[in-house]
Amino acid sequence: MHKDKRFLEEKIIKGIMRFCALLLAGLLILIIVTITVKGLSALNISMLIKTAKGGFYLGGEGGILHAIIGSFCIAGGATCLAFFISTPIVLYINVYRKKNSKLAELIRFSFNVLWGIPSIVYGAFGFTCMLFLGLKASLLAGILVITLVELPILARGIDEVVQQVPIEITQAALCLGATTGETAWKVVIRQILPGIMTAILLAFGRGIGDAAAVLFTAGFSDYIPESLMQPVATLPLAIFFQLGTPFPAVQNRAYASAFILTLLVLSISITARFFSRKLSRHRIDRL
Amino acid sequence: MQQQTHIEIKNLSVFYGDVTALQNITLTIPDKKITVIIGPSGCGKTTLLKSFNRLIDLEVGVKINGKIFVDKENIFTPGLEPTHIRKKMGLLAQKPCPLPMSIFENVAFGPRIHGLKNRKRLHGIVRYHLKQAGLWKEVKNRLHEPASKLSIGQQQRLCLARGLAVKPEIILGDEPTSALDPASSKRIEEIFLMLKSRYTIVLVTHILRQAKRLADYIVFLYNGKLIEYGPADSVLNNPQQTLTQEYIYGVVS
Repeated sequence: MHKDKRFLEEKIIKGIMRFCALLLAGLLILIIVTITVKGLSALNISMLIKTAKGGFYLGGEGGILHAIIGSFCIAGGATCLAFFISTPIVLYINVYRKKNSKLAELIRFSFNVLWGIPSIVYGAFGFTCMLFLGLKASLLAGILVITLVELPILARGIDEVVQQVPIEITQAALCLGATTGETAWKVVIRQILPGIMTAILLAFGRGIGDAAAVLFTAGFSDYIPESLMQPVATLPLAIFFQLGTPFPAVQNRAYASAFILTLLVLSISITARFFSRKLSRHRIDRL
Repeated sequence: MQQQTHIEIKNLSVFYGDVTALQNITLTIPDKKITVIIGPSGCGKTTLLKSFNRLIDLEVGVKINGKIFVDKENIFTPGLEPTHIRKKMGLLAQKPCPLPMSIFENVAFGPRIHGLKNRKRLHGIVRYHLKQAGLWKEVKNRLHEPASKLSIGQQQRLCLARGLAVKPEIILGDEPTSALDPASSKRIEEIFLMLKSRYTIVLVTHILRQAKRLADYIVFLYNGKLIEYGPADSVLNNPQQTLTQEYIYGVVS
């Protein structure tokens, strides 16, 4: 009797877990199906290769090439910047400082707090800075603000991987007469490359999908920017503006844009996974 | 004039916070011999070994009194950059730890950071030291494969080759066979015996039989204190101190 009850419990719990897991997969499929079905009718090649012409948001001619390029410029630029700032931070607090370092704790605390700040706050902060400096909405401002959004994501992501690097690897390099710098930049970095790749991907995904932070800082335009100082369109805002129109045809274009955005993120994710596998070739797993 | 050896320890005490790990150790390590440090777990064997190349710097809350002279230079001199000290000593850890790179790059790493760029010479160095460590035949056709793919015994020999490639004068071994199977342990022991004519070797072990097989000199530590030190024959066969006798004849373990 007691035994039956335990088996029943086991079955119910298993059932719940299976349901939740399937729910997640179902959600992904549902989103992709929705944007595909709704967007496919509006999706055509001119969406991809043309910029918005006059009256685009009223159902006129044109495409969203400017927003695709804008999003890439902002998310790409910001990810690069954030990577070059966060990697030294993380290597410093992990390899150069001892395990009980107060400074490292403070820095970890900082990026954990920054990680939780909503992107609209970064946007508002960026906007205030721009007003103070007398700058207008521009590609550069967009890149800088998205860098702020991505920085804690990257730093946290990389920090988690670096903390898992076995201390023996550091010791082995030091024993060969390597300086701390050589240990960090020539040895530890190779162990964490796949992890860095994942962190970059997360940060890039967050950056390219963010609408709130770029709203005031990058502005919006119908053109491909020719300099860092010009305002620039982004995909999430393009989706937002198209959805906001009363015209069903334009709304369908919004779904087509969403489809393109999702496809872009997905293909980058798959590419990164492929490279990540190559990068983890030399990683030391067993210790 | 007293003859100088590579490593001389004078009144060395090491504390981890309030815990005394080593207490007033004075010791001269003879050159080109195998000195084996024995003693029960937690007696300070590894601490002593890690003091030699200042790997002990990485420990949290460590405090050091006294001096260790490596080639007449006190390695605890404030402000001293320890890299050149470490370069003089290859360390074999308890568990072999290859660097996250290929077999070739593992051995070439040391020479590379010390400035050697010539590919042909690097290749020669890698081949020579892999041969020294008895690994060349097994890996010569897969030099560019990840080092992590080697068996654990091969990895330990790779670590030895990697250490030898920076041309040390001293080899430190921290229970270097404890993670290995008997056959691999035997190979490592044979290599040590072969290398001792050219290198000063200091080993930590908790295996008495291994100490008997390898040691020219024995250092017996107990509770952070140096209890007995001398030629292997006399310490192992005719220990003078009661603690040493008890340890060697198996009363304490």
